[in-house]
Amino acid sequence: MTELSQLTLVEAAAALRTGECTSVALTESVLDRASLTEASVHAYLTIDRQGAMAAAEASDRRIAAEKPIGPLDGLPIALKDNMMTKGIETTASSKILSGYIPPYDGTVVKLLREAGAVFVGKTNLDEFAMGSSTENSAYGPTRNPWNLDTVPGGSSGGSAAAVAAGSALAGLGSDTGGSIRQPAALCGLVGMKPTYGLVSRYGLIAFASSLDQIGPLTRSVQDAAILYEAIAGHDPHDATSFPGPAPSGTERLGAGVEGLRVGVVNELSGEGIDDEVLVAFRTTIDRLANAGAEVVDLSLPSTATALSAYYLIAPAECSANLARFDGVRYGLRVDGSTVDEMMSLTRAEGFGSEVIRRILLGTYALSAGYYDAFYGQAQRVRTLIIQEFATAYEQVDVLVSPTAPAPAFELGAKTQDPLSMYMQDICTIPSNLSGHPAMSVPVGLSASGLPIGFQVMAPALGETVMFQVAAAIEALSDDIGRPVLEVVAS
Amino acid sequence: MPIDIDIAHVAKLARIELSEQDMASYRAQLGVILDHAAKVQALPTEGVQPTSHPLDMVNAFRDDVVTPSLDRDEVLSQAPDATDGFFRVPPSLDNE
Repeated sequence: MTELSQLTLVEAAAALRTGECTSVALTESVLDRASLTEASVHAYLTIDRQGAMAAAEASDRRIAAEKPIGPLDGLPIALKDNMMTKGIETTASSKILSGYIPPYDGTVVKLLREAGAVFVGKTNLDEFAMGSSTENSAYGPTRNPWNLDTVPGGSSGGSAAAVAAGSALAGLGSDTGGSIRQPAALCGLVGMKPTYGLVSRYGLIAFASSLDQIGPLTRSVQDAAILYEAIAGHDPHDATSFPGPAPSGTERLGAGVEGLRVGVVNELSGEGIDDEVLVAFRTTIDRLANAGAEVVDLSLPSTATALSAYYLIAPAECSANLARFDGVRYGLRVDGSTVDEMMSLTRAEGFGSEVIRRILLGTYALSAGYYDAFYGQAQRVRTLIIQEFATAYEQVDVLVSPTAPAPAFELGAKTQDPLSMYMQDICTIPSNLSGHPAMSVPVGLSASGLPIGFQVMAPALGETVMFQVAAAIEALSDDIGRPVLEVVAS
Repeated sequence: MPIDIDIAHVAKLARIELSEQDMASYRAQLGVILDHAAKVQALPTEGVQPTSHPLDMVNAFRDDVVTPSLDRDEVLSQAPDATDGFFRVPPSLDNE
């Protein structure tokens, strides 16, 4: 049998049911793996060994008592550290929340806990999820298990690196402009952002409320579908939560792509995209066509403006959301003689430079005299993008593009030039602005052995067909395997 | 030409104390980013409604039922300074 820490969720769940292994053994396996890999990868900010082992023992007791168990019972999962976990430190990788212990579980955490999942720990991210490399963490960067000189992507780079390295079987991330899909692409995983409103944001530390969405990072499309189904659904605690039923993720897995119409978005599949990524993309398109899909080229001109609109909308919303970190109710406080001075000193000390940059940008874009020219106009551009997508989906079932413009880059390569870092998200941002679901599937390795991702986008509530196409791509692609990581016992 | 912003004013609005050196660096970086972001202004959007929620829905309010709230002491235990069930902060006004 394969090393337990390398199993998919589906394989591990089957092994638990047949008695081939226990949840305790699975959990020990990922914890042992973490003790080997963490010194070099640094995927986690907090590992909750005690809590994980207790949850695993409880799961094994349920199995021994032959109680009905769900598909995630007993499986070790990593949580991005911007999700509230009762009693476990939650920092969003910011110094301003150092030592913060939440008094409640976020809704996704509660749902997974009830499903019997085992939480290995809290993973590293770009501070408050702002970044594309996980280098903007106040607690040091995470490295890509495929090549330790490169970044894992971001902002959910910790969860992605944990799953790739074997220190969790699956992870949760959050995606505001590509923060699940881009690290999935760079770490050779499946990463999925659901339709906005399908997964509750209650207990997710807010970055840009109209864009943020939680989703899975996994080793297979089926795993992603299962984890998505476990966290989706209406939540009375989130006023933006979709009140209807969530579409199935698993229903049409294995149904193939015969007769489906696949649209290639021209604006996202040429200029600015690395040659190797384009070759892998085109190869996959050919495979889809050979498997019976009808491939059409489409133009969505507004998507070319998506990055610009995003860098007004996201900072504007972040500047409002992060106003709550003021040294009054939780986290860091730097003393001052007045409350104003205390707040200004606390925020200067507690926030990192990328967060300050975006707060300033957003404050400016929302300030008197500029609101309509910047934020208002960006929200109208968003409407244009949605209308273009709607027209496109009259002709096709799904849209496709590369996920990230290039494979993983070296640490430090883009930290001095914010705009070049922002360009990482050119292909992923349109789906956040439109609120549509999108996911990344690994389709190959570059010449230097780094993973390349392929993005599938679908209309609102189109998860079922999106997973169907993603599963077909997975079946048609060569298995990239797992990273070979040189580790030393610490 | 990059957009020139009054960075000291913006930093004050955002309640972030910045050194002169930091202000100069943020002013330059924000100018470049805003220059790129200002491309949205080139698109014709007359008569286009702004989008706030991407799905065609309004707030999903929950039923107005009283439920237990978070434990006060547990919440206050995370505050930098709390006393007698309140958050404690420095004075709002500078009293000479």
